[in-house]
Amino acid sequence: MFLIHCPYCGEREQSEFKAGGEAHIVRPKQPTELSDDQWAEYLFMRKNIKGVQFERWVHTHGCRKWFNMVRDTSNDEIKAIYKMGEKPPTKYK
Amino acid sequence: MKNKYSIISLIKNSFSYHENWQKAWGDPDPKKEYDVVIVGGGGHGLATAYYLAKKHDMKNIAVVEKGWIGGGNTGRNTTIIRSNYLWDASAGLYDHALKIWENLSQELNYNVMFSQRGVMNLAHNLQDVRDLKRRTHANRLNGIDAVYLNTEQVKNFCPIINTSPNIRYPVLGGTLQRRAGTARHDAVAWGYARGADEMGVDIIQNCEVKGIKRSGDGVEGIETTKGFIKTKKIGVVAAGHSSVIANMAGLKLPLESKPLQALVSEPVKPIIDTVVMSNAVHAYVSQSDKGELVIGAGTDDYVSYSQKGSHEIVEGTLNAILELYPIFSRMRMLRQWGGIVDICPDASPIISKTPIKGLYFNCGWGTGGFKATPGSGDLFAHTIANDEPHKLNAAFNLNRFVSGDLVDEHGAAAVAH
Repeated sequence: MFLIHCPYCGEREQSEFKAGGEAHIVRPKQPTELSDDQWAEYLFMRKNIKGVQFERWVHTHGCRKWFNMVRDTSNDEIKAIYKMGEKPPTKYK
Repeated sequence: MKNKYSIISLIKNSFSYHENWQKAWGDPDPKKEYDVVIVGGGGHGLATAYYLAKKHDMKNIAVVEKGWIGGGNTGRNTTIIRSNYLWDASAGLYDHALKIWENLSQELNYNVMFSQRGVMNLAHNLQDVRDLKRRTHANRLNGIDAVYLNTEQVKNFCPIINTSPNIRYPVLGGTLQRRAGTARHDAVAWGYARGADEMGVDIIQNCEVKGIKRSGDGVEGIETTKGFIKTKKIGVVAAGHSSVIANMAGLKLPLESKPLQALVSEPVKPIIDTVVMSNAVHAYVSQSDKGELVIGAGTDDYVSYSQKGSHEIVEGTLNAILELYPIFSRMRMLRQWGGIVDICPDASPIISKTPIKGLYFNCGWGTGGFKATPGSGDLFAHTIANDEPHKLNAAFNLNRFVSGDLVDEHGAAAVAH
């Protein structure tokens, strides 16, 4: 269990949140033109990084808003949190 | 040659105070080159090496393990073995393993303490009842023993379950697979290690893979903490760390690695002589031969390699356990731990070739890989030796995520994810 600083509500317990997986996977602009390989890549393939990863979280039992998080998956340390639509912090790229 | 374990060897060694037992496996330095290198010295990896040597006549094999053998998920699971999966492909895969389990102690000359005490799955709502009945029928059509029990029969089979209709999620029925049960997880790794070592497999511990060297469309070898090892065939059985190894070869897998927790209580006298699992409220429990209750909790929903999970997951599981078994209300929990499980989108494993020649993956077992250990090793060995899958693992290829031919076992996987 860890504490998460919701960009809208402030610091809350992790149990109020749901993880939404890898962030910045762009929804296909022309779905009808995608090959099976491209669909598989979009739907299923994940980086699943051990280390610093960009992910989406949602404050389910709070404001219900989505936001992005940079987190080290090897020790669960949260590096940065930023709102949807904002540019990811470059120093973790 | 290994000395045979028997009652006679036990008596003989007691005269020397059990101080002169033969070493069960060696501690070799890596050679320059192997025909096959297995990455990951858990049950699945060691079984793969064992069957490569035994059934496919390969001799120059190494197993590299970053820690000690059986120290990952092999030593962290709740040791449940069953084969009551829904789809034909899964039934074939898991029952193949169960059949090997039934004779494994004799085959390995190592007591894996396989105990066919039965596994019961409970239904708590109307949909559960329908799903479990459907699964029972599917199992029986595939030749897997399964019976559906009503509430009274559940109570008779395991009298300590609270079957009162007044609890939050009452027990409406359940399924029972009598051939299912448990085994001693460490013994499985040690037994396969001893058997593989006897046939000349090098088991190299404390040897972490740092990189995979590619050449053209194939592989040339692995970079490890003990130096470069040349090989044309690499079989990766790294469980939660599968994606990490795949990324080294420039490959992406459809996996997410998440913490899965388990806990054991203080040891008590025999009270539950079977395994009871409940998907809907997420509680499963059995009792080890030492007397501890072995309790499986759920996965966290975020990716983590930290081998620890959230407390509320444990709390949720214990709430459910207490409602189903009020008799455990004053039990104290002794230990709690987490393992990192690699979960596939369809809750089925991948035992497959990859687009890279000579690189094979056995992963995605998620929350339930232990039960399949012998079968997984056998089929993965076949896949590596022949460069072709066996018919039992053909459906569990990596390409199913492109073709759409998924094997959805979320219902039978028992741990919600």
